[in-house]
Amino acid sequence: MNVTLASYIRENLNPILESWKQFMEEEEEGKFFQIMSDDMIDSTAHELGELMIFSLTENNQEFARKVEEFSVKMARHGWSISFVMKALTNFTEAIYHHMGQTGFLNDNNSGNYIRLINNWLTPLNHSIVEAYSKTWERTVQLQKMALQELSASLIPVFDKISVMPLVGTIDTERAKLIMENLLQGVVKHRSEVVLLDITGVPVVDTMVAHHIIQAADAVRLVGAKCMLVGIRPEIAQTIVALGINLNDFTTTSTLQRGMEQALAITNRQIVEVEEQ
Amino acid sequence: MSIESSVDIITEWDIVAARQLGRNEAKEVGFGTVDQARITTAISELARNIYLYAGKGKITIERIADGAMKGIVIIAADQGPGIPDLRKVMEDGYTTSGGLGAGMPGVKRLMDDFKVDTEVGVGTTITATKWLR
Repeated sequence: MNVTLASYIRENLNPILESWKQFMEEEEEGKFFQIMSDDMIDSTAHELGELMIFSLTENNQEFARKVEEFSVKMARHGWSISFVMKALTNFTEAIYHHMGQTGFLNDNNSGNYIRLINNWLTPLNHSIVEAYSKTWERTVQLQKMALQELSASLIPVFDKISVMPLVGTIDTERAKLIMENLLQGVVKHRSEVVLLDITGVPVVDTMVAHHIIQAADAVRLVGAKCMLVGIRPEIAQTIVALGINLNDFTTTSTLQRGMEQALAITNRQIVEVEEQ
Repeated sequence: MSIESSVDIITEWDIVAARQLGRNEAKEVGFGTVDQARITTAISELARNIYLYAGKGKITIERIADGAMKGIVIIAADQGPGIPDLRKVMEDGYTTSGGLGAGMPGVKRLMDDFKVDTEVGVGTTITATKWLR
């Protein structure tokens, strides 16, 4: 029965894909297809069709590899999971539709075939969706790692002076990372003054402030001084409104002014050299 | 007249989504950078409270107009444990999570109107309004 079904679908793949395409176009006024070129629709549809035939005839291992390949491709094209689900449902629909039209399904065998097709397509759909979501999870994981990589490095600028530029949103995880890097860096570079630059932090709420205060306290414990620089005017106003006490900090509006003060603390200054 | 949009707060990253929504809305209503920062910070506080204390909830941003006045309303609603002692929570420096204890009184100062409806065991709804001047 499997073989009959496979050869039937292989022979009638083109008309099935035609009606599948029609179903997809009816779906939300062809919204799905607007983003894709005709060639791409054709080739992808064929690939999906072949994948389905493949699952009827070949062994599981080979099939699993194919499904993964296919789902990676879908994820790379940036198709949404809802689109993929719709496509799969409509494909099933198209097969039944076509079988009904050609008389392949009749009252005698329809029960058996429906069961067979269900047993065939349900796990197939599952594995495609599963492989697809795995690909997405991997993407999210990688992005998370990329985000961590660019967060919070302590840069030694002058002898005894280091800067940590903070960019982007600070969540609990990043706050931990900031604290670790800060303390390790201070000890490693023998910094006496550390400038925490928050120019690139969009929102300073009580949690962010709390983390900054804790980091500064810890820096003090290892024998250095922490300065908060890059406080934009609107951030200054929200900090005041929130009632956050930063009196223990030296704070400046820009990194440049912070650097001047840091040099003053370490008894140095920048002197212009006269041309000779 | 009012237009509203909302963000469900379930993970820590939803807080970022909520304040992004708030910032965009505030920008479209015509708030300046300082008020935008105030509104986003208030949303950040309220959303974090939902995340920390209630586990999940919803931030709704509503644009409002009253005659010639325009403004933005933040509604933070959850079905969490409720606030047993509201008077204490509104005091500066009171915290049950080891934070700064500046969140709730801070939001009140950041916004123009501030209202808390809370019932222990039922949930909390906080409504905060900022008017465009």
